[in-house]
Amino acid sequence: MRFTRRRFVQAVGLSLTGLPFHSSAQASPIRLGLMTVKTGPLASGGIDMERALNQYLKERNGTMAGRKIELSVGDSAGVPAQARTRLQDLVEREKIQIMIGPLATGEALAVDDYIRQQQLLTLSVAAAEDMTQRNPNPWFTRGTSTSSQCAHPLADYCYKTLGMRRMVVIADDIPYGHEMCAGFQRVFEELGGKIVQKTFPPLTVPDYGSYLAQLNTKADGIFLGFAGSNGFRYLRQFNEYGLRGKVTPVGGMTALDEAVLRNMGDEALGIVTSCWYSAELDNPINRKFAAEFRKEWKYDPGFYAAATYTEAAVLEATLNAIGGRIEDKQAFMKAVRSIKVDTCRGPVRFDSYGNVVGNVYIRKVERKDGRLVNSVIHTYPDVSQFWTYKPEEFLKNPVYSRDFPPAKNLEQ
Amino acid sequence: MTRKAGIAVLVALLAAFPFAAGEFYVNLASQVFIFAIFAASINLLLGYGGLPSLGHASYLGVAAYASALLTLKAGLANWAAAPLALIGTTLMACFFGLIALRATGLGFLMLTLALSQVLWGTAYRWIALTEGDNGLRGINRPAPFGVSLDDASHFYYFALAVTLLALWLMARFVASPFGAALRGTRDQPRRMAALGHDVWMVRWLTFVYAGFWGAVSGLLFVYYHKYIHPISLSLANSAEGLLAVIAGGSGTLAGPVVGAAIVMILKNYVSAYVERWNMLLGFVFVAIVVFMPEGVVPGLKRLWQRSRSRA
Repeated sequence: MRFTRRRFVQAVGLSLTGLPFHSSAQASPIRLGLMTVKTGPLASGGIDMERALNQYLKERNGTMAGRKIELSVGDSAGVPAQARTRLQDLVEREKIQIMIGPLATGEALAVDDYIRQQQLLTLSVAAAEDMTQRNPNPWFTRGTSTSSQCAHPLADYCYKTLGMRRMVVIADDIPYGHEMCAGFQRVFEELGGKIVQKTFPPLTVPDYGSYLAQLNTKADGIFLGFAGSNGFRYLRQFNEYGLRGKVTPVGGMTALDEAVLRNMGDEALGIVTSCWYSAELDNPINRKFAAEFRKEWKYDPGFYAAATYTEAAVLEATLNAIGGRIEDKQAFMKAVRSIKVDTCRGPVRFDSYGNVVGNVYIRKVERKDGRLVNSVIHTYPDVSQFWTYKPEEFLKNPVYSRDFPPAKNLEQ
Repeated sequence: MTRKAGIAVLVALLAAFPFAAGEFYVNLASQVFIFAIFAASINLLLGYGGLPSLGHASYLGVAAYASALLTLKAGLANWAAAPLALIGTTLMACFFGLIALRATGLGFLMLTLALSQVLWGTAYRWIALTEGDNGLRGINRPAPFGVSLDDASHFYYFALAVTLLALWLMARFVASPFGAALRGTRDQPRRMAALGHDVWMVRWLTFVYAGFWGAVSGLLFVYYHKYIHPISLSLANSAEGLLAVIAGGSGTLAGPVVGAAIVMILKNYVSAYVERWNMLLGFVFVAIVVFMPEGVVPGLKRLWQRSRSRA
């Protein structure tokens, strides 16, 4: 006989109560797994993911569509090979029926075929483009955004509203950074602008000094495609080198996240970034979410907290649409791709590839009540991963990378 | 005779394991087997040759990448890609041996580390070939004799068979006259040279043989995960293998297997319950070093003999 931990708990529970064990499909709990990162360099975001998801479940008394939700959390430490073992643990031992996560692009790619093999319903946070583009996973739905989904509108804003014509792009040397810069470059250059310098420092570079010394200061602006705390570190050195006022920085969706903003000072004021979320968003769901989160943890929710809070809302709306019967996977996938749901980030729906279509906000760092916030200054409504391009034509190109689209306007 | 009976009982128990345990535990056991081959191949160098290598992940990683690239990009079938990957990686071990064995001791350690860092960096940066940090995915498990290995217990038996074969061949290697010569070069290299043995050649052949088994574990690794990422070539992976050997007991046949089981269970099972499992791993190693500095297997043997002599 297979003797698992759950069976042990059930057996003990049975023997204690002496009651027969009911397991009608409708009344049994839904087993939800969260794949996150609680150790290593990505941990701050990963912990926010867990906090926000727990907050959502608490607000619903742990129940969605009339069924209890049982949450199991897996920590991959951001290591792809370990993400796979952790996910196997969640699926084979904890018997999860749906996963929220994983966090990082590499992890999502590492578990891609396992998700297909297990037909595991997945609501992802990771931004890897091709998971919903050239090689879409039929069980994969993403309520956050692809890497470039928020970079396309920012390029539009830089050219049309900020009047920039010559720009530098810099990002971490990881696929997320490459994809984001490539999307920015494509839209900016197609409008008539020029990307005059492209730089990819390693993710764990200790010092940006040499990169700042090489910076082309004749550019109008610099696009920062950093993740984690790197945007914060880069900007601090940027100011120390006296570059403030010479080149205007603008940032991608994680460059000045609320999670790092709370450690910054006046050097961040006035910087424009784009993201599908801001803690300052003025809608009823977010007003409540951000206030509660701030009360509990003493800081504003950012990208990662909003990610799981959004995915939980998508999950609940889908469960409501199918009467809580998560066992019918086909019905779930059909429903999740046809629902429209109001979340903390605004209204969202999904395209036929499983990626979100939702608002992208242009935000500006301001000081409010003594703390720095990302105030929303402009909204691009209903942005898809394909921006304004036709999906078929977009997908004919290779996936965004370091070398695609090719940079033709680089200057020494 | 009792030793043979013991091994037979152990193999029978391992063969029955998938009938008794859930899928997760079967998969965990498969991972222990893969890591045991890897650790045992390090043990050939460290335990029997006295050559501490910090770059053994190179062979695991290169064989895994070679197999993945040959099937994904060159379109070869697994049965054709596997021997090519093994031969290629073994040839690389021949070449790396020429460089690394210019030194022994700490110099050897640093050279193996440097060589493996070159490969790790290449896998990270040569994005056109390896897809860098995205890793290679879409790899299929082979289907020997038409039996698909996608099922957890099928893969378990496949990994078990390969592991038993590998451990047996490594045991034969160590027990042979060549193995005796190898131990001689570890303990008394100058005397061995005076006796007419080519010390360098003995070490180099062992290095190549260990590289070959590292490559075998790499093939199993990539079949198991169906995914390969530069992290498999990293220093952390080499160091984990080295830790498994030292914890289990270097220079013993069972030591690396026990060490591999300890590391894998801590890393993949205990970590689900204990958030700070890295700390626990540290404590376990400190405890092993304090109470059984020669490793778990020799340590337990010593305790067993002591209790017997007292009784």
